[in-house]
Amino acid sequence: MKFDCLVWLIPALPLAAFAVNIFFGKTTGEKAGWIAVAASLLSCVIGLALCAQVWGGKVFAASMPWFDAGESAMRFGYLIDPLAATLLFVVLVVGTLIQIYSVGYMHGDARYPRFFAYISLFMTAMLTLVISDNYLLFFIAWEIMGLCSYLLIGYWFEKNSAADASLKAFLTTRIGDVGFFLGILTLFHITGTLGFSDMLRVLDPQTNSAIFQHPLLPVAALLIFCGTIGKSAQFPLHVWLPDAMEGPTSVSALIHAATMVAAGVYLLARSFTVFMYFPTVLLIVTVIGTLTALMAAFIALTQTDIKRVLAYSTISQLGFMVAAIGLGSPAAAIFHLMTHAFFKALLFLGAGSVIHGTGTQDLRELGGLFGKMKSTAMTFLIGSLAIAGVPPLAGFWSKDEILLGAFMESRWIYLALSTAAFMTAFYMFRLVFLTFFGKPRNTHIHAHESPAVMTLPLWALAAGSLLIGLPGSVWMHHTFQSFLHLGHHAESAAAGMVMNVSIAVGLAGILLAFLFYVLAPAIPAFLGRILKPFYLLSQNKLYFDELYSAIAVRPFNQLADSVLFWFDKNVVDGLVNFAGIFTGFVSAMVRRLQTGLVQNYLLILFAGVLCLLYFEGR
Amino acid sequence: MIIPLEHFLIFAAVLFVIGLCGTLVRRNIVGILMSIELMLNAVNINLVAFSRSTSLDPVTGQIFAIFVVALAAAAVAVGLAIVIALYRVRKTICADEISLLKW
Amino acid sequence: MQNHLLSWIVFTPLIGALAVVLTPKPETGRIKWIALAAAALTGVFTLAAFLRFDKALSGFQLVEKTLWIPPLNVHYFLGTDGISLPMIVLTALVSILACIASFGIKEREKEYYALFLLLETGMLGTFLALDLLVFYVFWEVVLIPMYFLIGIWGGARKEYAALKFFLYTLAGSLFMLIGILALYFKSMPHTFDLTQINPAAFTLKFQKALFFTFFLGFAVKVPIWPFHTWLPDAHVEAPTPISVILAGVLLKMGTYGFLRFSYPLAPDAAAKFAPFMAVLALIGIIYGGFVALAQKDFKKMVAYSSVSHMGFVILGLAALNSAGFSGAMLQMFNHGIITSGLFLLVGVLYDRAHTRDMTAFGGLAAQLPLYSGILIFFSMASLGLPGLAGFISEFLVLIGGFEYNRLAAGLASIGIFLAAAYLLLMVRRVLFGPANLKWQGLAEINRRELVTLVPLMILIVLFGIFPQLILDYMTPTLDSLLTHMEGIFA
Repeated sequence: MKFDCLVWLIPALPLAAFAVNIFFGKTTGEKAGWIAVAASLLSCVIGLALCAQVWGGKVFAASMPWFDAGESAMRFGYLIDPLAATLLFVVLVVGTLIQIYSVGYMHGDARYPRFFAYISLFMTAMLTLVISDNYLLFFIAWEIMGLCSYLLIGYWFEKNSAADASLKAFLTTRIGDVGFFLGILTLFHITGTLGFSDMLRVLDPQTNSAIFQHPLLPVAALLIFCGTIGKSAQFPLHVWLPDAMEGPTSVSALIHAATMVAAGVYLLARSFTVFMYFPTVLLIVTVIGTLTALMAAFIALTQTDIKRVLAYSTISQLGFMVAAIGLGSPAAAIFHLMTHAFFKALLFLGAGSVIHGTGTQDLRELGGLFGKMKSTAMTFLIGSLAIAGVPPLAGFWSKDEILLGAFMESRWIYLALSTAAFMTAFYMFRLVFLTFFGKPRNTHIHAHESPAVMTLPLWALAAGSLLIGLPGSVWMHHTFQSFLHLGHHAESAAAGMVMNVSIAVGLAGILLAFLFYVLAPAIPAFLGRILKPFYLLSQNKLYFDELYSAIAVRPFNQLADSVLFWFDKNVVDGLVNFAGIFTGFVSAMVRRLQTGLVQNYLLILFAGVLCLLYFEGR
Repeated sequence: MIIPLEHFLIFAAVLFVIGLCGTLVRRNIVGILMSIELMLNAVNINLVAFSRSTSLDPVTGQIFAIFVVALAAAAVAVGLAIVIALYRVRKTICADEISLLKW
Repeated sequence: MQNHLLSWIVFTPLIGALAVVLTPKPETGRIKWIALAAAALTGVFTLAAFLRFDKALSGFQLVEKTLWIPPLNVHYFLGTDGISLPMIVLTALVSILACIASFGIKEREKEYYALFLLLETGMLGTFLALDLLVFYVFWEVVLIPMYFLIGIWGGARKEYAALKFFLYTLAGSLFMLIGILALYFKSMPHTFDLTQINPAAFTLKFQKALFFTFFLGFAVKVPIWPFHTWLPDAHVEAPTPISVILAGVLLKMGTYGFLRFSYPLAPDAAAKFAPFMAVLALIGIIYGGFVALAQKDFKKMVAYSSVSHMGFVILGLAALNSAGFSGAMLQMFNHGIITSGLFLLVGVLYDRAHTRDMTAFGGLAAQLPLYSGILIFFSMASLGLPGLAGFISEFLVLIGGFEYNRLAAGLASIGIFLAAAYLLLMVRRVLFGPANLKWQGLAEINRRELVTLVPLMILIVLFGIFPQLILDYMTPTLDSLLTHMEGIFA
């Protein structure tokens, strides 16, 4: 059991890096980045050793009492099963690579140590979340990630847009988090435990079927799903993620693409026992996921900001994962989570490299970068092929798993997800062609390739995007899925057909993009004119921001400002002041009796004495 | 001839009412003070009369009367001092014009 | 065996106040150090009491009892248990910090520190007195220095605020006095001694009347909606250290009163009034949050957030179960340390900029990185970020509330969202955005101010991660209180 004491080191090392960089930022200065990277690398070594053990069939778990909550005690512990090990692997590898990249990307920033402090704190929280063995610790880590996300989105807080985006991100996810928190309370109320392993034991239809009659159990499941909706930017709380692109690009890669937003999917996989016996709840999850995948892909078609296209793409891919959970195949969702982490981190870092090299992120100004930024372009192309679903790259295998699951459950969902996959291939290659091919649209930009500290992580991630799908592919007999132990992998006669269709869909998307943006650049403009309503809808993100501002934000503020504050000032406090004024008024009446003339007082005195005598005499 | 108690009481009551009326209606503060003296003396008459007719020890009432006389003298001394002080400041000793002691 | 530790705790500040008053004029510069020494010495005694306290026991410890007024059977009776111990620790700590924060006050120092120390005596006595009459005396002793501290050293509308605070609280506590007298005449033999009164002998009707009179006294102090309007006025006008004392300690006197007197003395009525209290608590939580959201004045915003956060305490009390009670107690302590920190931070900014209008600031994060970091830390603590102290107490209150009524817990969580909204909006307005050139000359937080804030931050992190450290002290007493109350229900 020599590994057990090492487990806590995994989150503790980044925490130490955080402490060093936040308290001694002035001293660490330029070294801050390497401190964070070193801590992360050490964690990575320990973590990968653990993962290897788990791959060999071991499970690490331990817990200790933490504090009393009424009659029951909360516990504090870790659980590293195949599911956690997968996430651990992803977070450590991708996280470390992104931090190495950041050393180059953030070079020369005024608050360099602080950036790495935040990133280290984020790593701490994310790793704690992954290894936690109960909902409470999970929630704590979940919220601290939210804080890091908030701080990093608002990293360039001098920009109003960044400051607003950070506020929006925190508050929007907070809505989901409050739901998640209530879900935890409900679950605790029903089952009396918050531990993941205990939950599995309690929610067992064989031994404890009575608990499934509890009317609140599906409600608890839905409330937990609220957490996912917020964190994984699902419809209707997806609006914060595109704005979150105000943060530095490496943050977008780490937090808003590879790890944190995927934590919502991890949460669903962890809580799958709570969901799996309620078809209605699963249906809701599927519909939300599919809707999100389709909607975000539609919006991504027309965005002109390179990071925003990727943000909507992330939302869309998260929708795929959520839908996969709803379709009853969490293994496919986690598989896609893993591959997505690699290729989406790669794409974001590639975009960052483009921004670093050209100083702009507007597609209308880019173009023809292939010659000038070879490494970036090559790796970006690999990432795009992976997400578009071209075999044998990672994205193909995992997306195919999800589509197969959908095909077996419902044709409508299958159709919708395939459409989304087609749009994915299209908008990704629109991005590729507009950025790297053709002629530069803005001749003032003098692009240059990024330094090795940035391109090496790109190549590493590209290798990951190429290879990471293989353990889950048919070629390796779905080893990865059996390792996860999340339900049996379904074999279907339709597998071959679904695979062929998804290859065709991916290639069709790429070809269409090639036609539109390389062969005949007039077509998109023409289509934009004749399909103007759709074009506007897509470009204006389906008007979600405007809608929420009108139906939620403004009424909310008005309720606070004009209704309740007014009420407080004038009615509640008015009553208090009225009590004071009324007392003053009565006293003003009564004090007229005091004339200041002693003779008056004397007269009243004698009248009083006479009355007294009169009543006494009776 | 022994004068009956009732006569004393009626005389004292009349004297008291005269004093009371004087106190209430006089405007001149000196007049008010004099009227108060009348009331005090009415009380004195009662004390002496009762002490003669009903008390076990006739001296008690007379001692009280002397106390009252002494205290009244002291009170008038203070009162007149106030009146003089007031006159110096306000140039009046009319009670109606001295109504500062209110809200 | 009697020792006089608790008396030393209560009266050391008073001795300090005397020393301050007797300081000759040329030595005025030393006054603040004398005051700090007195507060620190009180802290040392409190620490001694804390170390001597046996956390496994539920009854009163370190008891002192002497007959004080024999004809009325009034005893000078002090003692502490798991309910009051955290409160005196909080009081001693916040007083030391507030005393350090007072060093900036330059006018009429002698009177200020004398009143300040008198206030500390009053607060400590309130938390330690076990005789109802002695409790009442200390309760009122708190009012008088507070009135002058707001009324003399306050802001623009200080007279109005001081008078409102004084009259409002006094009006409430007069009802409480009626209740205390009723208890005295109802008990046989007549006594003010909390431990001698047996509530099992009271009829439900009497209990209800009793609970109601105490409720009015305590509700104004907490403050429970709709008795809260004195709070924003008092906070806005009070000088920073006094706001800290007000939010950090004074508000807890009300909720402490519920646990110490209302609940054990009128348990049936407490159960009957619980839904009523829960509704008021929820209104307070949501309403306070919304009104805080509407504020432009930094201090007023924090004041209304107190209304919202104290609502959680009341909700935990109304839940009448173990988790709710622990949560309420913990929330009392946590709110004390967190909100004290926020008020100190408002003071730091106000001392430099002389305005509290949040919309007038902007972009301070670039200029004052340390201050901003600390402000964000306290905002996060206040909005209940998990890992910091406030979360654990809200979690416990909601567990208790959920057992009591699901809807109550659901509605209370709106308050959690609102807390994030108003605090982050504040951060957005004050710290983020383009730098405002007007505040270019603002100086970074200084060492003395850091000394007042760092201990609070350490405690917030400590109790956020190891809540059991403090729960251990509370749980036996709270459990025995619950058993006592249930014994009477039966």
